[in-house]
Amino acid sequence: MSRLYTQDHEWIDVDGDTATVGITDYAQGQLGDVVFVELPEAGRAVTKGGEAAVVESVKAASDVYAPVSGTVTEANPALTDDPALVNTAPETEGWFFKLTLADASELDGLLDKAAYDAFVAGL
Amino acid sequence: MPGATVVAGGYMAEADLKSLPLDALHRRLGARMVGFAGYAMPIQFEGIIAEHVWTRESAGLFDVSHMGQLLVEGDGAGAWLETLAPGDFLALQPHRTRYSLLLTDDGGIIDDLMVTNTGKSYYMVVNGATKAGDIAHMQARLPAGITLTHMEDHALLALQGPQAVTVMGRLALAPAEADQPGFADLKFMAGARFLWNSITLGITRSGYTGEDGYEISVPAASAEALAEALLAHAEVKSIGLGARDSLRLEAGLPLYGHDIDTSVTPIEADLAYAISKRRKTEGGFPGTSLILDQLLNGAPRKRVGLSVEGRLPAREGATVWAGGRQVGVVTSGGFAPSLNVPIAMAMVETAHAGDGTALEIDVRGKRIGARVVPMPFKQKNYVREGTKA
Repeated sequence: MSRLYTQDHEWIDVDGDTATVGITDYAQGQLGDVVFVELPEAGRAVTKGGEAAVVESVKAASDVYAPVSGTVTEANPALTDDPALVNTAPETEGWFFKLTLADASELDGLLDKAAYDAFVAGL
Repeated sequence: MPGATVVAGGYMAEADLKSLPLDALHRRLGARMVGFAGYAMPIQFEGIIAEHVWTRESAGLFDVSHMGQLLVEGDGAGAWLETLAPGDFLALQPHRTRYSLLLTDDGGIIDDLMVTNTGKSYYMVVNGATKAGDIAHMQARLPAGITLTHMEDHALLALQGPQAVTVMGRLALAPAEADQPGFADLKFMAGARFLWNSITLGITRSGYTGEDGYEISVPAASAEALAEALLAHAEVKSIGLGARDSLRLEAGLPLYGHDIDTSVTPIEADLAYAISKRRKTEGGFPGTSLILDQLLNGAPRKRVGLSVEGRLPAREGATVWAGGRQVGVVTSGGFAPSLNVPIAMAMVETAHAGDGTALEIDVRGKRIGARVVPMPFKQKNYVREGTKA
């Protein structure tokens, strides 16, 4: 299993043709206190770069984009009861949704950890 | 995504921002700085919820130096202010502070402001984003013999929360003038000048959080020393603009440019209390005929508080519905940290503005249940005249 990142600050763990998506620690730090997460329902088709979820902080609503195209298989039920998991464990228990990949070649353009860290360092 | 957050929150991009006297201190304390009213300002330090709760339980130090501090001096200054705003400035006693509104000729709100009678002049605090317009508006109407001074060489700090009185009491503030109240006698909406380490501070017991507290005008060169002196007390932490917004929203206080603007009258804004009793009879302020008519016969729409069902916050701009018809729009909305629920203010048609009215808010195509509720959402904790300090 390998983890890749987008320049929109999502991460994606790929395991065969399934993947788990969340937002990075950097992203949660920028958002501040998360008070609500609107997650996609299982069965929904998402498109690479398209809106997949909405994360609400005290101040504002922000879109979370799908790093790759696919079909959502599960949303993280823990975020409904405890949206602050996005702040406390963004890259582990605070995952957003799982999906089945539509086209594994879409992973090619994503960043590895070193490239993402360098990207964030330059912001 | 995080960049978009800043834009969605109503803040400006980083370029071409002016810096304020506490800029370096904020950055040393780890603030996240954003553009607001043309200045680089701290939006948060440790986090909005923690800062919000700290202010409600202890004391929060806010930098509000972006706001405009104005002095109006000269014979007839009070009478002149009465031609601009609906307050009874002639009856405003020395060392008393009043909330007021600058009005357009057709009764719209140019700005909301605090006016303190210093005994020799009127000291006013106006909003940062509107101060240039306010000054131009007043300069254009300034009669001979009255001067308007913009105190650009002063910073403005606010210490807010139940421990503010205790912390301020430790500063050993000496009255700057013999005939003014002592610090211990300052109650809500009162103000005077005090000496701190031989620096003159203009202090009002006021604020915009719904808590007891003070606003402190300090020469810019001494602002950092004063802020550090306040932060040295264990009860005090620096608080950013994010919590300032959530605190004022819970307190039911309107934010200029969001809940009120030149298209909104004081009656529509539910700010009739800013029109003094004598002025309701005598008029003589801009927009008198419309405003007094609305006061008597009602306005077509009204600013209300909404409790929002569920957990999804409704933001500014979300439309408000009664069945299939839009009856209003959310003007401020978000999550209330002290109540742990989403809340909103909205401008709605008066027929749907009664307490308890069930409405719906459209949030990204989803209808969320909402109900008109009295404001403040969170009970205010002011220490008024006649109450124990």
